[in-house]
Amino acid sequence: MLSRTADHLFWMNRYTERAENTARLLDVNYQTSLLPQSRAVAQAGWQGLLSISELLDRYRDQHGEINALEVMNFMVKDENNPSSILSCLRAARENARAVRGTLTTEVWETQNQTWLEVKRMLRDGLLEADPGQFFEWVKFRSHLSRGVAVGTMLMDEALHFMRLGTFLERADNTARLVDVKFHAVETDFYGAATQRDQEYDFYHWSAILRSVSGFEIYRKVYRDVIRPERVAELLILRADMPRSLHASLNEVVANLRMVANDASTETQRRAGKLRADLQFGRIDEILATGLHAYLTQFLDRINDLGSHISQDFLVQSAA
Amino acid sequence: MQAFDEMYTQLPYAFFSQGAQVRDHYKPYDAWLARQPGDTMAKRREEAELIFRRVGITFAVYGDKDEDGAGTERLIPFDLIPRIITAQEWRELESGLVQRVTALNRFLHDIYHDQEILKAGLIPRDQIERNAQFRPEMRGVSVPNNIYSQISGIDLVRVADCQGKGQFFVLEDNLRVPSGVSYMLENRKMMMRLFPDLFNLHRVEPVAHYPDLLLETLRESGPATTAEPTVVVLTPGMYNSAYFEHAFLAQQMGVELVEGQDLFVKDNFCYLRTTRGPQRVDVIYRRVDDDFLDPKVFRPDSTLGCAGLLDVVRAGHVSVCNGIGTGVADDKSIYPYVPKMIEFYLGEKPILSNVPTFMGRNPDDLAYMLAHLKELVVKQVHGAGGYGMLVGPAATAAEVEAFKREVQAHPDGYIAQPTLSLSTCPTFVESGIAPRHIDLRPYVLSGKKVHMVPGGLTRVALKEGSLVVNSSQGGGTKDTWILED
Repeated sequence: MLSRTADHLFWMNRYTERAENTARLLDVNYQTSLLPQSRAVAQAGWQGLLSISELLDRYRDQHGEINALEVMNFMVKDENNPSSILSCLRAARENARAVRGTLTTEVWETQNQTWLEVKRMLRDGLLEADPGQFFEWVKFRSHLSRGVAVGTMLMDEALHFMRLGTFLERADNTARLVDVKFHAVETDFYGAATQRDQEYDFYHWSAILRSVSGFEIYRKVYRDVIRPERVAELLILRADMPRSLHASLNEVVANLRMVANDASTETQRRAGKLRADLQFGRIDEILATGLHAYLTQFLDRINDLGSHISQDFLVQSAA
Repeated sequence: MQAFDEMYTQLPYAFFSQGAQVRDHYKPYDAWLARQPGDTMAKRREEAELIFRRVGITFAVYGDKDEDGAGTERLIPFDLIPRIITAQEWRELESGLVQRVTALNRFLHDIYHDQEILKAGLIPRDQIERNAQFRPEMRGVSVPNNIYSQISGIDLVRVADCQGKGQFFVLEDNLRVPSGVSYMLENRKMMMRLFPDLFNLHRVEPVAHYPDLLLETLRESGPATTAEPTVVVLTPGMYNSAYFEHAFLAQQMGVELVEGQDLFVKDNFCYLRTTRGPQRVDVIYRRVDDDFLDPKVFRPDSTLGCAGLLDVVRAGHVSVCNGIGTGVADDKSIYPYVPKMIEFYLGEKPILSNVPTFMGRNPDDLAYMLAHLKELVVKQVHGAGGYGMLVGPAATAAEVEAFKREVQAHPDGYIAQPTLSLSTCPTFVESGIAPRHIDLRPYVLSGKKVHMVPGGLTRVALKEGSLVVNSSQGGGTKDTWILED
């Protein structure tokens, strides 16, 4: 297929996935902010959210002090913020429009409808009226777009590039999510000294679980109270947890294999190696090196994979 | 003079006239309409708009912003009342269109080769060779089937004659990148969705096989270098006003939709950049104007084309459809000669008539034009899309004066035609059902044979009394029904 087409498909799905994960992250922060807590803790939550999205400086330039309402607006409907949900849905739809002939009617109409509706909902003040419901809607539009693609598209390169985009973005986003605690309090992992802090820890980790729809899964897999190291294990190493790094990398590797070309050997090797590290990794080793350091390195490798995929397939120069 | 109405022999004061003055072929529709509860049409219109938006059947208006100040995507207003043509009328139209397009293709081949028509003195040589649309680069280049215009959109209007009967005239030939066919197809789909019962009452000729015919035509137009040609649609990109149509046609034909940046030329062949390396292209259905096709030969600043493409065309290694240089045959300054071409190349009498046309380059015609601007429609020879024209009777004195100065300064650049009272068709507008002026653009496909689907795009001027049907000027569209016998 055309390199440019593959590029649009790849980014269409990356943006859709990013919008979903941003909604998940905001939802968790919003729900957490409803718990009784100190102003400082609440602020730290919103700040962590901006920080893992690498948007803290941009936000401060525009708005100064951290304020829940402003952060929500910034992350949902600020058109100048390229990572806001609105910007992501616009970018997903623009990418879809550029290759609408490659998409099935259902896939295109889903993207187009999402865009038309998000504009209407924001205009009608539905975010302010019920943020939880708005975030739920964003998540379900993303579920729908994946389902419609898998349910209607020919299983050819087009679908593989779309899936590649979804899971590369998901690996990136989940890694950031697990890292959020570090950014919020700037201490690594445990270290909750007081009873109060331990309680907060519980809510923090269970919120993270809920944000990836993993709360029930955790109970089912571990039959245990919420322990940070197990949450980390679930979200990093479990291959059967659909939003974990390992599961995402499995999909990246599989889809990459389906589109392999003469130039892509090195890219496949790097993806395979990253997957193998997750497959054979152990949580106590990861914690020994430090979770934040581990995730930082993981994000670098995902970023590197992204540029290799781009070089090999998406911006082919004249041969 | 009263306009010919497609539905009524005499316009009633109010619609739902118990069928008294309804033409025979509209009687079933009229009876159906009379049976509909009052708000049916309004509801259906709302439904149609929602669907068109969701499906994204939009066009871009250059230089406009929508309510968010961002996009420029608009819907073309779709009218719910069909324009109905009888089988007999269509047969005559069809034979006239095939004849005309055949002659136009013969003409294009001739002027890029032996120029017999110029030698015979039927058309002044300088009108061809000094025409900006004439491409000397194409002289002596042979093209598959000797066909230059594979896809031709011929604009027809119906005008009442002295007996009050309607007669079709050709208003304009579009041989470069005629657009609108996707609306013909989508309008039919929409009508069948909104009013399935109407299609039980009428035997309407289907049009949905147009993309198949188009693909067949394009494949037949492939270069001799391959028996299994790879066909692509070349678009200027998603910000082009007709982008929806480009994407739609590529998808319906199952071929790639490409932009200039996806193509490159190597060793005198044209290739696509794909995820698996270069892939050769044989037929390019281009929706990009000549000027932008090849920055090495035409506009050097163009990023919409492919550098070196013309050389590949000249080598016969790729077919560009429509061919490069077709614009010289649909230019408004050449239009008056088409009836002569038909007689010259085919030895036949033209079946379809031209609208009488005054050419600014002829001193007698010019004098008449300048004296009668208020009654005439004056058009720029190279204008298109309803831009750069004056509708005399509707213009203010100041507009007429301004145009007069233009015409005096560049008489060669203008032609004029009598203001035709285009036929009207009942149309569902804000105030209810009222007559509005319409035209008709059928699409003629020329490969090894000439094909058409029975139908075309009916455009309607939604403003009361307006004669301008272009979508860029507030026109809408209607479904066009050719009835079976």
